[in-house]
Amino acid sequence: MARRDAPPRWDRKMQQRLARGEAAALGELYDRFASLVHGLAHRVLGDEHAADGITREVFAHVWENPEAYDPKQGPLRSWVATLTHRLAVQRLRANETAALARDGRGSTEELEHRVRRASVAARADYIVTSMPTPLRAALELAYFQRRDYRQTAADLGVTEDEARRRLRLGLQLLSTAHDTGPSAAGTQPGYGGGR
Amino acid sequence: MSGTNRFDPYDGHDGHDAHGAEQNDWIGGVGGVGGVGGVGDDNEVDGPGKHGHGEHDRSDGHGAHDGHEDYEKRRLDDRRGARPEDPDRGTGRDPGRDGGPADPPPPDAAAGRSAGEPARIPKPRSSVEDTGLPLPEPAPAPLVLEHRVLKALLGAWALAACSPEEATAVEDHLGGCGACADEALRLRDAVGLLHPPESLDLDPTLRTRVLAGCLDRRPPRIPVPEWAAPYDAESARLDALLQDIGDAEWHAPVRLRWFEGDRPASRRTTVAGVIAHLLTVDGLVALALGLDDPLDAPAKSPGPADRTEAFWQASRFPPTRSVRGPWREQAHNLVRTVAFAGGGSGRLPVSYGGFELPLRDAMLDRAFECWVHAGDIAEAVDYPYEPPSPRNLHAMIDLGARMLPTALAARRQAGLAVPGQTRHLVPAGAPGRSLRLEIEGLGGGEWLIPLDSPGALASPDREVAHVALDGVEFCQLAAGHVSPEEAAAGQLGDRDAIRDVLFAAASLSRM
Repeated sequence: MARRDAPPRWDRKMQQRLARGEAAALGELYDRFASLVHGLAHRVLGDEHAADGITREVFAHVWENPEAYDPKQGPLRSWVATLTHRLAVQRLRANETAALARDGRGSTEELEHRVRRASVAARADYIVTSMPTPLRAALELAYFQRRDYRQTAADLGVTEDEARRRLRLGLQLLSTAHDTGPSAAGTQPGYGGGR
Repeated sequence: MSGTNRFDPYDGHDGHDAHGAEQNDWIGGVGGVGGVGGVGDDNEVDGPGKHGHGEHDRSDGHGAHDGHEDYEKRRLDDRRGARPEDPDRGTGRDPGRDGGPADPPPPDAAAGRSAGEPARIPKPRSSVEDTGLPLPEPAPAPLVLEHRVLKALLGAWALAACSPEEATAVEDHLGGCGACADEALRLRDAVGLLHPPESLDLDPTLRTRVLAGCLDRRPPRIPVPEWAAPYDAESARLDALLQDIGDAEWHAPVRLRWFEGDRPASRRTTVAGVIAHLLTVDGLVALALGLDDPLDAPAKSPGPADRTEAFWQASRFPPTRSVRGPWREQAHNLVRTVAFAGGGSGRLPVSYGGFELPLRDAMLDRAFECWVHAGDIAEAVDYPYEPPSPRNLHAMIDLGARMLPTALAARRQAGLAVPGQTRHLVPAGAPGRSLRLEIEGLGGGEWLIPLDSPGALASPDREVAHVALDGVEFCQLAAGHVSPEEAAAGQLGDRDAIRDVLFAAASLSRM
């Protein structure tokens, strides 16, 4: 597919504003991404307090290193999501490793399995929130409201063909949550566009 | 969830132009990851009737599935074991039940044939209507669908969102089509990744903590003036509330309440109408800063109420959630602009029509109104809403206390104040009678209010009365949400002076 040459203007301006030390820009950054960051961290770590900590780390990192974001590489949103994912998975692995060393229960394989599962779940959340609204709406109806595709089509005011297409496409997108990069599990998440 | 023709929920984008662009980017972005062909074509999304994009993406390279198909299909069937239609499948189709070749032939069917002679042609099934047994469900004719159609059904199938006949047809097909079986598995796994959304109620105090932590680590070159911080925090809090409410709740009725000439007044509107009100009145500050006026209709007067009425009437339709974007964008712009203007801009006059406030107080006033109306909205949609942080609450109370002398003078001019015998007019700058306002709770404090004229100096030596009330109660009074008679205030001293001050506090309220 065609990649956009210019990243969204907002992303570039935000980076410039952060770089020149505008506190108001930091507030706007938080307003736009805090629930994303906190939600992903919470999905990985399953703990409110730990998610607060990751949220602090992520925004501090962006504020202190705005130049680390390269607008040519993709949207700021996916960069922030990738950063959050990496820090949260790191934290989870560190927590689990410490627990393993302390209690000696379980194995490294089980640990990696848990980390991987948390990582995939967070990525799936991200994909759902980032997918086009029509696809998300179709999945919402079919899965959470238990509507069949004909009812989904009627609810959305689209053809049955279109409803089937959206359900399939939505699941195809979601299934990419399992795709991980060549490196260790979950550290190269598919936060699309952030490559 | 909104359909294609609904307003997209506002997601905090700053510029309207950026909104569509980023959305498109996302379609491309996510699709690019897993190599799901065709996903990136955003034109597809809204095109009813378009289909088939990506049909061929997985048809190739899956021919080597022969050995796995049965296994995969079995796994799929196992997972579908809980589907409600499964137990009934086969009813009316089982040849061993309800009469069939295995049943003893009915007498008339056997007539004319010698006993024991093997039937060379299978005997016709007896009609179930003749047996007196309950009628089975009519067996649907098995669906025969093309590969293309079955493939398009895979998503609905994985979600158990197609008819039993279609599900059977898909499952039969999976046994013979490796490409589809492969995708079916993948989509089934994906269904397992759908979670009910977590309640994302972010702790509203987290924002302040996170931002403070950042600014500690790297001090800003362009800080937000201290007097603009309450507005920044309160607009962020209200926006978080708006994020959580559904389409219908935007139209929930809200009654705006205030005091006018010592009498309660009110105006009915909706949640969206309240945000329109905030947008238009915040616009007074925008105007003072040289930003665009959100109101492009003529108003009877430049005051908050007339501007709001003009905004509401300018549209043939009541406001919807689409008002959130412009309101939020303006709020961000105000904070950003005053930050650039610097702390010294705090003296810049902001006109409210009938009166003026310096910018620093206008921003506090807007923070206060933002909280008060957020409370109105929260009540209308039945959400909890906490008071501002103690520091911000204190700044708001301080503004109210500083505005009281002028409000007292206005009441005197309007003939509303009690003309007590003890009334002295004192020259500006001279100490005069004073009331001690003691505000309890977080964010509270003590203020000495000069009673005789705005120019008089408050003096502890001339204290004639002492009022004590809770900080939030004082704010409710100043917002016109609690009447002066009902305000829970501890009182000591000159009754008339106390009454005047409480009514003056209520008179600070406006639409």
